[in-house]
Amino acid sequence: MSDIDIEPTDTVDARGAACPGPLMDLIGRVRSASPGDVIVLLSDNDQSLTDVSEWVDETDNELLAIDESGDDYGFYVEVP
Amino acid sequence: MADRIAILGGGTGGTVLANTLAERLAPEIDAGDVEVTLINDDPDHVYKPVWLYVPFGQREPADGRRPLRDLVDGRIDLAIDRVTEIDTDAKELALREGDDPLGYDHLVVATGSTLAADEIPGLAEAGHDYYSESGALELREELLSMTEGHLVVSVVGTPHMCPAAPLEFAFMADDWFRERGLRDDIEITYTYPINRVHGNPHIGEWAEPMMADRDINTETFFNAESVDPDAETITSMEGTELDYDLLAAIPPHRGVDVVEAADLGDRGWVDVDKHTLEAERADDVYALGDAATTGVPKAGSVAHYQAGVVAQRLESEVRGRPATATYDGKTLCFIETGTDAASFVEFDYENPPSPAPPSEKLHWSKLAYNEAYWLTARGLL
Repeated sequence: MSDIDIEPTDTVDARGAACPGPLMDLIGRVRSASPGDVIVLLSDNDQSLTDVSEWVDETDNELLAIDESGDDYGFYVEVP
Repeated sequence: MADRIAILGGGTGGTVLANTLAERLAPEIDAGDVEVTLINDDPDHVYKPVWLYVPFGQREPADGRRPLRDLVDGRIDLAIDRVTEIDTDAKELALREGDDPLGYDHLVVATGSTLAADEIPGLAEAGHDYYSESGALELREELLSMTEGHLVVSVVGTPHMCPAAPLEFAFMADDWFRERGLRDDIEITYTYPINRVHGNPHIGEWAEPMMADRDINTETFFNAESVDPDAETITSMEGTELDYDLLAAIPPHRGVDVVEAADLGDRGWVDVDKHTLEAERADDVYALGDAATTGVPKAGSVAHYQAGVVAQRLESEVRGRPATATYDGKTLCFIETGTDAASFVEFDYENPPSPAPPSEKLHWSKLAYNEAYWLTARGLL
């Protein structure tokens, strides 16, 4: 069970999507986000672990947490 | 009462499906037990892969157009009209020209992709593309007048039609400028939204060293945020700014508004089961080709193979048998690696692509298939 206590502004459900679909879905949502929004990306693709982290490092966004407690990953990304 | 099948969209997927159904269900159609209607808002069928060659003067847009009526079996009712509303509860389609809605028992959405350059400020004004007839013609003029400077090939949005085409364009531009003795004075930069040059890692790993060998610069993790037409710069969400003299961009893509309004999925795409191609948000609706969110490329080969699956499933349903045909993700692409060489990939949900060594033979195979395509559209190849 997840012990992450973050209330996201929005959820992007990319479960079932092949790489790079989850990251592109996240980027698409970040494009329209407001400062301070926290977006959680749900993905069941292992490649997302590196794709999402590396992309966030390239930007001013912040990866607050990764929920790996369930069958899927949850990436909590805050938009500055 | 006849079983009514409505196919929305006369691109590759819709046309191949219509012709395959005409063959498979010929006895039922001839007996009046099944009616198949293909609805398209353009009297022509358009084969978009031709557009890649237009900027380099090798093809004209007219080479990719033929009247649908000449391609579609006479058993199919062809309606040149535009659907203005899909009502999946009443199972009706409202038509712009028709007075009465068109009822259906089975609907197939094959509405393809549309371009959405206006989602990126400045892109529509400053960017050129080869993803439309007019864009390809304008880009041809720009390329012909370019003798020096910086050509930026930027993949702005994914998913987009024909995922290999941006790589093909970069390789072809490199060759084309070399053949004309201009390459030393023209810098080429290719940008891509993720951390490699193609969405598929196997194709990305294959293409990257070829780009390096040919002095094609690459900028990855480049998600275009805005274009400044006056300053001639394109800026990414990641904070990178590139100067350009000519911007050849692959604009963001969307499905069509009528699909979005019907709430069949997001951005005008239809959420489907990636094996059965059944819509997830409505009954008795299939989607195929670009319109369906299967995660495989938005490519003609995909639409072609998916049309075969949907045809088999509809045949089973019409005949009261369980539908068992499924789509396995099969995708087939030729990839031009210059003006006289190409590679080839074939893959599916389980088996990744392994690009073939580029050869002149594969290049000519691609050109030959582009001519043979008209047999595919007729459901013959």
